[in-house]
Amino acid sequence: MSLVNITKMAPKSGPQYWRSLQELSGTSQFRDWVSQEFPGGSELFEGESRRNVLKLMAASFGLAGLSACRRPEDKILPLAKGVEDLVPGKPFLYNTAYTLGGQVMGLTVEAHDGRPTKIEGHAAHPQSLGAVGAFAQASVLGLYDPDRSQQVLRDGKPAKWSDWDAFAATQFTADKLGQGEGLRIVSEKVVSPALADRGAALAAKFPKSVWVSYDPINDDNAYEGSAVVFGKAHNVHYHYDKADVVVSLDADFLGGDSKTPLAIKQFSKKRRVSKESDSMNRLYVVESQFSLTGAMADHRVRTRSADVDAFAGALARELGVVADLSVLGGAADKAQKTLMAMVRDLKANGGKSIVVAGPRQPARVHALALMINVALGNVGQTVTLTASNWTSQTAALKALAADLSAGKVTTLVVLGNANPVFTAPADLDFAAAMKKVPVSVHLGLEVDETAVAAKWHLPEAHYLEAWGDAVSADGTASVQQPLIAPLYGGRSALELTAQLAGDKAPKGYEIVRAAWLKQFAGDKEAAWRKALHDGVIAAAAKPVEVKPAVDVKKVQLPAAAPKVAGVEVVFVPDASIYDGRFANNAWLQEAPDPMTKLVWDNAAMMSVATAKQLGVVDGDLIKLTSAGKTIEIAAMTQPGQADNSISIALGYGRTEVGRVGKGAGFNAYPLRSTAKLGFGEVTVAKGSGTYKLITTQEHHSMVEPLTGHKRPIVLEGTLEFWRREPHFAPETVEAPDESIYGVHDYSKGYQWGMSIDLATCIGCNACVVACVAENNIPVVGKVQVGNGREMHWIRMDRYYTGSEDDPQAVMQPLNCQQCEAAPCESVCPVAATVHSPEGLNDMAYNRCVGTRYCANNCPYKVRRFNFLNYHKTMTEVEKLASNPDVTVRMRGVMEKCTYCVQRIQEKRIQAKLEGRRPIRDGEVVTACQQACPAEAIVFGNVNDPESKVSLLKKQSRNYALLPDLNTRPRTTFLAKLRNPNPELSGETAGAPKEHHG
Amino acid sequence: MPLFTRQHDLIARAATALLAVGVLSGAAAYAYFSHPLVIDVGYQPHQPVPYSHKLHAGNLGMDCYYCHNTVEKAAHAAVPPTETCMNCHVRVKPESPLLAPVRASYKTGQPVEWVKIHKVPDYVFFNHSAHVNAGVSCVSCHGRVDQMIEVKQVQPLSMGWCVDCHRNPAAKIRPTELVTNLAWTPDRDPAEIGRELIAQKKIAPPVNCSGCHR
Repeated sequence: MSLVNITKMAPKSGPQYWRSLQELSGTSQFRDWVSQEFPGGSELFEGESRRNVLKLMAASFGLAGLSACRRPEDKILPLAKGVEDLVPGKPFLYNTAYTLGGQVMGLTVEAHDGRPTKIEGHAAHPQSLGAVGAFAQASVLGLYDPDRSQQVLRDGKPAKWSDWDAFAATQFTADKLGQGEGLRIVSEKVVSPALADRGAALAAKFPKSVWVSYDPINDDNAYEGSAVVFGKAHNVHYHYDKADVVVSLDADFLGGDSKTPLAIKQFSKKRRVSKESDSMNRLYVVESQFSLTGAMADHRVRTRSADVDAFAGALARELGVVADLSVLGGAADKAQKTLMAMVRDLKANGGKSIVVAGPRQPARVHALALMINVALGNVGQTVTLTASNWTSQTAALKALAADLSAGKVTTLVVLGNANPVFTAPADLDFAAAMKKVPVSVHLGLEVDETAVAAKWHLPEAHYLEAWGDAVSADGTASVQQPLIAPLYGGRSALELTAQLAGDKAPKGYEIVRAAWLKQFAGDKEAAWRKALHDGVIAAAAKPVEVKPAVDVKKVQLPAAAPKVAGVEVVFVPDASIYDGRFANNAWLQEAPDPMTKLVWDNAAMMSVATAKQLGVVDGDLIKLTSAGKTIEIAAMTQPGQADNSISIALGYGRTEVGRVGKGAGFNAYPLRSTAKLGFGEVTVAKGSGTYKLITTQEHHSMVEPLTGHKRPIVLEGTLEFWRREPHFAPETVEAPDESIYGVHDYSKGYQWGMSIDLATCIGCNACVVACVAENNIPVVGKVQVGNGREMHWIRMDRYYTGSEDDPQAVMQPLNCQQCEAAPCESVCPVAATVHSPEGLNDMAYNRCVGTRYCANNCPYKVRRFNFLNYHKTMTEVEKLASNPDVTVRMRGVMEKCTYCVQRIQEKRIQAKLEGRRPIRDGEVVTACQQACPAEAIVFGNVNDPESKVSLLKKQSRNYALLPDLNTRPRTTFLAKLRNPNPELSGETAGAPKEHHG
Repeated sequence: MPLFTRQHDLIARAATALLAVGVLSGAAAYAYFSHPLVIDVGYQPHQPVPYSHKLHAGNLGMDCYYCHNTVEKAAHAAVPPTETCMNCHVRVKPESPLLAPVRASYKTGQPVEWVKIHKVPDYVFFNHSAHVNAGVSCVSCHGRVDQMIEVKQVQPLSMGWCVDCHRNPAAKIRPTELVTNLAWTPDRDPAEIGRELIAQKKIAPPVNCSGCHR
């Protein structure tokens, strides 16, 4: 057999995979970029300045050589008083809870010598099931944010807590506020029983005060929709682990529209196949933006968000749910075909399907989706309901703004991260309205837009610093226990509310503890300790499932929204900074958007056709106008976006923000009004000038650098095809029999390996952020990312296939493949990267002299070079987030994924101490594997034939990347599978024989 | 007259030779003076409290584990909290002026600032428990601490020195219960005992990079 099976490598057969439009069209810029290993050369200094937070970097090139000769004196500082069970250097794990947008996740937080360093999902919490997404994981960096609010401000000037206490003691009295007619409190949705209890106490003291819950990204439409169908609002819970067919109507439930990892956990359970006879769920997505859910879809219909209503109506009509509703436009041929196939599929899967509407869609679409679920018998099976006491957040905020403008409000207290001055719908003009309030108080983590507008700003304690509690959507109660005393003396929303309610010197711990002790029976103290230990409170009451009887034929649907002619704008939560609250979090800012691969910015995403029609290219500034408000924003093309639909991620363009978030992106909130919270009509005009958008989509490309040939990278097939040809993936390219490298003996001991299932990987970035947190990976800033110098050890590759108008997308996380015959090792002149007997491609940082030959020679492009000393400018407080078990690398050193070798060694030593037992399968869990909500990443000993990873590698769709190079990677992939409807297979699936990336 | 005479030739040769000698001796001096054997061995800083290991561990026979209580279960050997000192010193020499910093620490909660002596670079992850449980005695790295009034470093703790033992550990492996017996003298060849223990416990010290560098 020849060394390389040339015939099977023919690059032009099968679907082409591409990562950017430049690559698809083969522009010279793209060819120039991939032909250089280190684009932008190795120049140290940039013409333009980097992000402020990293600005001082260049000043740090001191000669360290001679001063190192004299031994610096280090101190050992033992505790004065011993702490029970504390072993210096051994981390403690605490269970706590995290709240985002009214959703609660259980966390297990690792603390090293009293400082929280790593956040993981709590395995026993039903909303986390061991995983949490990027936001929760990166929140630990928010704790150590040097730009966090550190002191009380009165009229913008530093003051003391004692000043505030004195003021509060006179202000929040019946003398001043009477019945509280003029008192308003604004917070995010309250999911903490303790806070609700103190809020009730405050309401008892000031019976006419009003507590307004407001989240910029909320579920009002879903609640309103449920009220339309069932008479009153209900909490709707979807169980994707029970559904064989899922239809998403503009719902990015695997991406930005889910705050907890639960949906991915459940969905991937139905997506995972281990043998050819296994079944797989089917996902239809109807959407405007190209979301992660759309990338996962078996069939995706791109349509404007405004037209989803018509699609939902047609679906309901075809399913016989409603008699006569608007029909789809005849032009939408694919939409029509998909709709009919969808109808038959849903009918065949009554009770085993889900139709879910996205939060941007109006109540009418939610109602239609629920009616379909009722008609299909899904309610009670895949869709369950619990009672809710929902009231409209938008209506409440509207009323508040009216009261503010009318001068009815004398005292306004804003708690937490809602930041209404920045996020409130533009038509309410919250900033102007707030100026009319004589006394305004803001409690928050940062001095944000609302803080600046308020008379008083009070620094809030981070959730890792404060006691609290939280109840998740399914009723699971947890205590939010702090891991560290407030770094800057902040107070929690709970403590402030208690103070306003009249409690003397309230302590969060005592409030939370007292409240729960009341509910415990028997040995209360033991129950409390168990609650803290377990992270979930078993004794807490769970909401009861309700099954309201409803006749869908009699449901009175609200009128359809007026048609959007022309172009619509769609507001989506950002994958990096959510609604803007994480704008100062550098880990999140630098994590590329899962679909657009944009870093440090947002942009107006539009389809290729729309961009052509408008005459703009990526980076051109455009003007969007809605209801008299105009914003200027950079345009960017997004393959797969619906035509005449522009989606913009919210939260960017913050004006009052720390050094990291300053100048990042464009503020879309001015276009967002109460009538257009999800989407709305917008007029588009060309602006003047351009803006530099940085995406990583062409970085570290694996096309053949000299010839530009594409190589088989992502392998994909349909479920049917796989059943017919189970070995299609490994057979696409065969590995040569002989090796020019010496062959090591890897038959003994532990041999570490990894398997990544492309069929379940969502591309959510949880692994990327987990890796950053675990391995002290530096942030480099927008300009350096633009030079291709991002340091992430896991690159989340997103490939498109198909036309630029309507492609499919595949995700592929790529870390060091840990080749058994590693090309990087043979070119290192100083043996800084060598092999361990357990098959790890070890990196000895202290040996590396920075030739970068290894990165040049790596076919997978997974090595990262420290061009600058990125850690040098870290403040002392930021350093507290570092993992002490991993070396902090300096300038001039190469680095890459180590398979979390520190975790392997920790477990190895632990096994030795426990009687020198073998390391058990599943004991060593890499950070990415731990974080993956889809459980797509599995790590273990490939020498153990029964280990989970060995069994996965035995699957027929297991394949190695670029095996023709004979590198023998230890990381292998399970080929991507989709499950298209056979009725439509001619349209999307075909019978793929060979796929080439 | 030629521009360069024979004399110039001589000068050039002499200068080159001088330069070569200079560079070589500079390199040699750097190699010598920066070697851990020279700059680290013998390091004996003054401690805030003149704590004598000779008195406590030697004369009084206190076991190392009494104070360094995490040494067999964690990477760090743990310098004990002030409380451990005060266990005895509330009664023993409660008024001694030398112990004033210890009493102050106990009273205020502020730590006693001991000066670190044995140090490996940040990119080295040494684990005490792995070594102690394998049967490597304290004495192998720290010397006869029980005879030191003020502790000093006796081994270079350089990579070469570590690897020497990792490649050939037999002579340094002893029964675990004898790890803190610094004066232990076996009645037969220690390497023989070590070899038996290595076979019995399947001890295989790592000699690859990630064994120590992470």
